[in-house]
Amino acid sequence: MRFVDEYRDADKARALSARITALCEPGRAYKFMEVCGGHTHTIYKHGLEDYLPEQVTLVHGPGCPVCVIPMGRVDDSIHIARTPGVLMTSFGDMMRVPGSGGNFFDANAEGTNIRMVYSPLDSLKIARQNPDLQVVFMAIGFETTAPSTAMTVLRAAAEEVPNFSIFCNHVTIIPAIKAILDSPDLRLDGFLGPGHVSTVIGCRPYEFIARDYGKPVVVAGFEPLDILQSIYLLMRQLDEGRSQVENQYTRVVPWRGNAVALRAIGEVMELRPYFEWRGLGFISHSALRVRERYATFDAERKFDLPGVRVADPKACQCGEVLKGVLKPWECKVFGTACTPETPIGTCMVSPEGACAAYYNFGRFSRQRVREASRT
Amino acid sequence: MCLAIPGEVVEISADRPDIARVAVSGVKRLINIGLLGEKPVPGEWVLIHVGFALSKVDEGEAKAVLDFLEGIGKSYEDELAALRDSRIE
Repeated sequence: MRFVDEYRDADKARALSARITALCEPGRAYKFMEVCGGHTHTIYKHGLEDYLPEQVTLVHGPGCPVCVIPMGRVDDSIHIARTPGVLMTSFGDMMRVPGSGGNFFDANAEGTNIRMVYSPLDSLKIARQNPDLQVVFMAIGFETTAPSTAMTVLRAAAEEVPNFSIFCNHVTIIPAIKAILDSPDLRLDGFLGPGHVSTVIGCRPYEFIARDYGKPVVVAGFEPLDILQSIYLLMRQLDEGRSQVENQYTRVVPWRGNAVALRAIGEVMELRPYFEWRGLGFISHSALRVRERYATFDAERKFDLPGVRVADPKACQCGEVLKGVLKPWECKVFGTACTPETPIGTCMVSPEGACAAYYNFGRFSRQRVREASRT
Repeated sequence: MCLAIPGEVVEISADRPDIARVAVSGVKRLINIGLLGEKPVPGEWVLIHVGFALSKVDEGEAKAVLDFLEGIGKSYEDELAALRDSRIE
C-alpha cells in the first residue's frame, strides 16, 4: 500500500485504524461524507480507504468549486468573452471545464482572449494596464475564495478602476450540505467538515447538522492522519450517542472563523435567491452575487447574458457523484469516454474532483488491493 | 486554485501595510494580508490562497503542510507555477 510505503506516520495510521475498527458495532454500516475536494484528493492519494474497516465507507461530497459550476454559466462566461473589447481572466482550473460549445481553450482558439491568472488581484492589475479593454474576472469558489474576490472589488472601487468587473459564481457550502441531507437518495452517518472553508466561516454554521439532523460533524485537516483521526472522532460520537460539531483542525480553523473575511464578503456580495449547481440542480440561497452599490464591478449588470440553462450530457453522472450516490468508477463513462485529458464532466476536470482524484490515484490502489487478495 | 500553500513572511511593504513579501518554496512574491485580523511579522508563516493570506500558522504546521503538498505532486506544481507568474502589487 502506498500509505505504508511512503508515509512516515504509518504506525500512527495503523493505530487509528485499529481504534476505528474497535468502535464498529457488528452488522452496522457507517457512511461518512467528506465535503471537501481536498479531502477526497488525500483519501485517494494515500489509499486511506484501505485503512478503514469494510463497515466504514467514505462518500465524496460537492466541495469542489470547479465541479459544481453548471454548463450554462460556462457558456455565459464565453458569451462575455466574445464581446468585442473584453479580456476575460480565470483561474487555470476553469479553463478545461466544458460548456455546451466547448471550454475556454476552445473559445480562445476561436478568437476570445481568456487569460489564466493566479489571483483576482492579478486580474485587477491587468485591468489597470489595459484601460481600453473591459477586464472581467471569472470568480468561482466557496467561502474560502469569496473574500479574496470581495477584497479585490473593494480595491477596484477605492482605486476607481472603471474597466474591471467580476462574473460572480461564488457558492456557499451550507445550503449544498443541507440539500444533500434532505436528499432521499443517501443515508449518511456523519460529515468530515471542510478545512479551508471553515477558516473563513468557522465551525458554528455546521451546528444545525448536529442539532436538527442528529449527525456528527468533525472539521478536518488535510493530511492523512488528520482524516483518520477525524473519522475516529466521528465514530466515537456515534458510539457515545452524541452528535456535535468538533474541530480536529484547530491548528488552522478558529471556531468563529475569520471576521475580516466575512465582513468583506458581506460588504460586496449578497445571497442570490437561488443558483444552479451542476448535478444538484437549483438550490435556494446557495450562491453570492454583487450588491447594487458595487454594480459597476458586476459583469452580470454590464453585459447581456444568455443565462440559458444547459442540461449536462446524458452520459455524464457527475450529479450522482457530487451527491455521493455513485462512486466515480460506477459512472458509465468513467475512464473510457471521460478522462482528465478529455473530460465530459466537471468531476474529471479539477484535480480535486472525485473522478480525477480517483482516476489519478485510486484506481491503482484498488488494483493493488485486488492483486493482494489474489495472492 | 483550491490549495492553500504556506509561505514565510519576509517583509511587510513600507507604504502598503496590506501587502507582504513572502517566500514559498524558494519563490518570493507579494501577497495581500488584508484578510488577517492580526498582522504577521517577518519570520511568521501564513497560508496563502489565490494571492491572499487566509490565516497565520506556526512553523511546524507550515512545514507539515509543505511536506504534504510536495507529496501531492502536479496540483502543487501547477499552483506554484501560477504563483510564479503572479504580479500582485
